[in-house]
Amino acid sequence: MNEILVKRELAPSVKLMVIHAPLIARKFKPGHFVILRVCEEGERIPLTIADADGHNITIVFQEVGKTTKLLGQLNVGDRILNVLGPLGRPSQIENYGHVCCVGGGVGVSELYPVTRALKQAGNSVTAIVGARNKDLIIFEDEIRSVSDELYITTDDGSKGVKGLVTDVLKRLLEQTRFDRIYAVGPPIMMKAVSEVTKPKNIKTIVSLNPIMIDGTGMCGGCRVIVGGETRFACVDGPEFDGHLVDFNHLLSRLKMYQKQEKEVMQRN
Amino acid sequence: MIKKNKVPMPKQDQLVRIKNFDEVALGYTPEQAMEEASRCLQCKNALCVKGCPVEIDIPAFIKYIREGNFLDAVKKIKEKNSLPAICGRVCPQENQCEKFCVMGRRWEPIAIGRLERFVADYERSNNKVAVKSSGEKGKVACVGSGPASLTCAADLAMMGYGVTLFESLHVAGGVLMYGIPEFRLPKKVVQEEADYVKSLGVELVTDVIVGKTVTIDELFKEGYQAIFIGTGAGLPKFLGIPGENLNGVYSANEFLIRVNLMKAYLFPKYHTPIYRGSKVAVVGGGNVAMDAARVALRLGAEVYVVYRRGEAEMPARKEEVENAKEEGVKFVFYANPIRVLGEEWVTGLECLRMELGEPDGTGRRRPIPIPNSNFVLECDSVVIAIGQSPNPLIPLTTEGLKIGEHGNIVADSEGRTTKKGVFAGGDITSGEATVIAAMAAGKRAARAIDQYIQKGVGW
Repeated sequence: MNEILVKRELAPSVKLMVIHAPLIARKFKPGHFVILRVCEEGERIPLTIADADGHNITIVFQEVGKTTKLLGQLNVGDRILNVLGPLGRPSQIENYGHVCCVGGGVGVSELYPVTRALKQAGNSVTAIVGARNKDLIIFEDEIRSVSDELYITTDDGSKGVKGLVTDVLKRLLEQTRFDRIYAVGPPIMMKAVSEVTKPKNIKTIVSLNPIMIDGTGMCGGCRVIVGGETRFACVDGPEFDGHLVDFNHLLSRLKMYQKQEKEVMQRN
Repeated sequence: MIKKNKVPMPKQDQLVRIKNFDEVALGYTPEQAMEEASRCLQCKNALCVKGCPVEIDIPAFIKYIREGNFLDAVKKIKEKNSLPAICGRVCPQENQCEKFCVMGRRWEPIAIGRLERFVADYERSNNKVAVKSSGEKGKVACVGSGPASLTCAADLAMMGYGVTLFESLHVAGGVLMYGIPEFRLPKKVVQEEADYVKSLGVELVTDVIVGKTVTIDELFKEGYQAIFIGTGAGLPKFLGIPGENLNGVYSANEFLIRVNLMKAYLFPKYHTPIYRGSKVAVVGGGNVAMDAARVALRLGAEVYVVYRRGEAEMPARKEEVENAKEEGVKFVFYANPIRVLGEEWVTGLECLRMELGEPDGTGRRRPIPIPNSNFVLECDSVVIAIGQSPNPLIPLTTEGLKIGEHGNIVADSEGRTTKKGVFAGGDITSGEATVIAAMAAGKRAARAIDQYIQKGVGW
């Protein structure tokens, strides 16, 4: 159980792992996540499942903190100490009509299973994926294979359109009426997407990534404010209506342990 | 001449212990235990036993201690209780066995809890013997691995069942691991007790959340003949006041999970961080509030417990309140928080003064706000310890389970739910209660499960 079967570097400091986790794989639905821990001293962190087949799940992560760094040091054949899942409510998949799927950075891997499911459900799918530069664009082929059209943006223009995913989204919205928007990526991106779609009143679903511990509703650390109410991202989400999410609150809570995160990284 | 008072429990000095997370109560020496045991009157019709939710033959085990036969003493306890090192530490003996002790009518009752702890610890540091279950009598799943499930599993294993414990966290123990702090219940003790349960032949499966990874109905399909649900009350309650989601505001559950389960007090050696406030307000008056306050103190804070009633109405054990006071926790009674102040981080807690009115449904006098009595308690962290409710995951994913109005699973006194073959006990049925009440429920359910599997009794 939890053995790493495949390890690939998708971009600098972005890694993909296929993990033998049959109990989780058989229950996987797009939108689900796992909580994992890599060592006895380690934190429990949530990671969205990027794919599952048969007995295995795929995760993609960026090495930004202590736990993801340690995870990135594991190799094929190693076991991940603890993997719990599948957690969270799965994405609502229906035939909405024309859907626009927007992903940023490492979130593009999380976009993939949802986009695929939306496509399979009969939707016409437009995808927009963005990153800082061309090296950080991941899952391009995968997203292309499950969408009708794909736009790529980079901050520096090294690939696709120079600019942000919202620049393309705004342009598309001038001519196209989307029936639903799905966005996953950095909170600031999801916030920007929601701000673009709100005046047009297009239902926009975002997948939130607050700090979690147990992932089962016990700690309340992942609480987010949605429509003025407190919700737990782990059991009530992680997907919510982007027009109702208080992103400033989410951004503020994500910074809660900034100092400690630096401190633990500097150790060793 | 019989001594009137209990042999005092050796404790870590209060000035030393507020700077560490080591256990406060150090435990009796063999001599102290034998001395205390010699106070026991060995009543023929012992009333103390009637006060024990798990029916331990108390005079019998105390007699063995008096004779210096500690291993037989613990064997006697384990006929009824598989987790004596835990019970000896966290049971509210003053409301149970010791409350009924005849000695207690005039003097101090026998220190039954301390003696239980002593022999359990003695056995843990010496060799212990367990008989492994054959598993031949049937296959049972216990969901959760807190006190209710551990007890149910141990009792069923001793009857000869093959039992699997399913735990969602990465270790066994439930609230004993994530909730109760190290200085009151060392995690090593919990793990050794869990290891004992495993040595009876119980299989522990961690990282499986029943209701998500696998459902109750799927467990039946996998061949489990009966299922016990002991998933506890793990969902934190919040006050529902403005500012509650500011940085620096914790549920007691999160605060304690970070420190106890994830060992944030050893950060950065352990990687889970905790915000060490300099002035912490803990809201609530129960045992969890006392635990959170004493943890915050050890993390270096000045700590205020804010409670809407008075000291006499506090639901916490007296002993815990005394410990907290001794260590320097301050209390703000008759105060009810109405707002957490701050922009991004907490800067204070705005409260209203309260007075007590007529008794409410719980028999305690109802707190009533005094108009315009607002005051601000400055603080940089708030811990909300006003209770937990049952986790809804299994109720939501299991058809045929009747759920009570507080989200609890409805079960009869033997733990039978409305779904055939499914039993439940502990906080998931009762709402928040004690470790020993959960253990007693696990014990009763184990008997009912045996009856059900062997004779089809129950539905």
